[in-house]
Amino acid sequence: MFFSFAVRNLRRHWIRSALSIIGIVIGVIAIASLGIMGNSINLLVANIITDVGDTIVITPHTAIGETFAGDPRTAVDAAIPAREVEEIRRAATPHRTIPVLQGADEVEFGRGESGYTRIIGLASDDIPILLDLEEGQYLRQNQAGALVGTYLAAEYGISPGSRLTIGNESIRVAGVLAERGFAADINPDYAIVVTDGWYESHFGTNDAYPLVIVRVGDVEQIDAVKEAIEDRINRREENVDVFDSRDMLRQYEEIYQQITVFLLGIGGISLIVAAVNILNVMYISVTERIREIGVMRSLGALRREVLRMFLYEAIILGLIGSVIGGIASAASGYLISLAAVEVFTAGTTFGENFTVFDQTAVGFIVFGMAFGIGTSIAAGFYPAWIASQLAPVDAMRKK
Amino acid sequence: MSGDPILLFEDVTKVYPLPAGDVVALDHVSLTVEPGEFIAVMGPSGSGKSTLLNMMGCLDVPTAGKIYLSGQEISRMSDDDLTRLRRDRIGFVFQQFNLIPLLSAIENVEFPIVLTTGREESRRRAIEVMRAMHLDDALFSHRPGELSGGEQQRVAIARALVNDPDLLLCDEPTGNLDTKTGTAIMDLLAAENREGKTIVMVTHDPRIAGYARRTIRIVDGRLA
Repeated sequence: MFFSFAVRNLRRHWIRSALSIIGIVIGVIAIASLGIMGNSINLLVANIITDVGDTIVITPHTAIGETFAGDPRTAVDAAIPAREVEEIRRAATPHRTIPVLQGADEVEFGRGESGYTRIIGLASDDIPILLDLEEGQYLRQNQAGALVGTYLAAEYGISPGSRLTIGNESIRVAGVLAERGFAADINPDYAIVVTDGWYESHFGTNDAYPLVIVRVGDVEQIDAVKEAIEDRINRREENVDVFDSRDMLRQYEEIYQQITVFLLGIGGISLIVAAVNILNVMYISVTERIREIGVMRSLGALRREVLRMFLYEAIILGLIGSVIGGIASAASGYLISLAAVEVFTAGTTFGENFTVFDQTAVGFIVFGMAFGIGTSIAAGFYPAWIASQLAPVDAMRKK
Repeated sequence: MSGDPILLFEDVTKVYPLPAGDVVALDHVSLTVEPGEFIAVMGPSGSGKSTLLNMMGCLDVPTAGKIYLSGQEISRMSDDDLTRLRRDRIGFVFQQFNLIPLLSAIENVEFPIVLTTGREESRRRAIEVMRAMHLDDALFSHRPGELSGGEQQRVAIARALVNDPDLLLCDEPTGNLDTKTGTAIMDLLAAENREGKTIVMVTHDPRIAGYARRTIRIVDGRLA
């Protein structure tokens, strides 16, 4: 009875009802699809970051402490002298210490194409420990050869046996590296890897390294090794910054968590706007029906029955809006995420086998819908309460 | 409840507190309404006749004094209990008809009993009273806006009678109707009274008051 009242009243003012439904739909879509998008970015980043939980990275100490490898704020021209590398090696024993040389030079890829490229110098026996090969062979000591990162190879059609010109020196490509992704230590996917000997003869190094990697076999021992290194090198003054890949992962997780919260916040704001709209619509509905409410009450409708009638209206609006919004946000969340994946992983293989709809994404849709219905009820309650508390005599006297 | 009067007012006072000072709408009013009576309440506007009718209809409670409806004291009742009394014991006819615009004529008539009775029984009863009000079956599904004033008031009377009330209260029932239609409405009410329905009617029209068997005059909240 009161339910059919609610339906009839919504139909009587169908434009008004439709507008408030649209408001809820937008709110639900915003909250759900932005949630899905944040989640997709999270998943994707987790996918891209190579989770090497057993790596310690040592860089020269910079004014900005406690950051992650590759933070642009730490891009200063500083290096760790060979003497300190030896100290690190002693502190880290029995774990393997890998000094890394990094620089950039203009590289000709053949066919007239060239550009500045990151060049990484490693001891030939360290290379197989850090990097996997896609095809070709590893470098032997003192061999003038190069390993090319997979994306670089794909972009310029480079394969084992090709020749590159670094600076003015011609060099033969021995192998192509397997895709590695974004890691705490080095990122060779767009780089060229050469032996330390070749690197030194080409660039000159002053016996210093911008980066030292310690491979700790056992995750449990990471903290002990870090402490040993800090103890030995940083006792008198801060010479180096030491961090491990877990720190970096934590920091990335934090950043993306914040992005997700931010996106959800935007969605929440639009839902609040929708709630205010419902409040407004319901309030108008109550105001213009005061007389009718008075009549119903004088004929024997109880307060809670009047309350229920108006709540039904809010619930119907919220339910329709949330269901439409849920369906639409499933669609738009999917499309937005696909687009985001496309942009983030252009030219790589990380986007493959990536599913947008995992449990969390569905959770966001359900959350968005529940939030939509919830705000509708909350917004509808106040006007409904006012309606139910009106004294019938006063209500009927109003025009 | 036989032997009890339908209504008993004992020294009833109603004061409306207003910012400009309290307004005494009813001043120590005592009266009795016996079963089967047809009473007209007359008085100038602002004399308190509407307040009196609202008290009779359990729409308002007195500031002081006691009101008994069929032996039940109502002045200390909760809002829910008063609402149930209105629903089950009282019928209202208003000057403005006050039909619910969302509902068809027959749904308006059903409204008071559909709250307590099954849908089919309500429909049957509604048709019965609407026919008794000489309403054409074709009008049953019309919305109030599609009916003439006389038809609307007959629907309203049908609605007031559908719960077979102990007391039928009418507030200027012909105030919005032309003389001819008003006369027809009064004939219907008089006929109901002849069949035993107790009616209290507020009016300022002496000709309409002539249909009643007793007239109460009220001036400045006091019975004159």
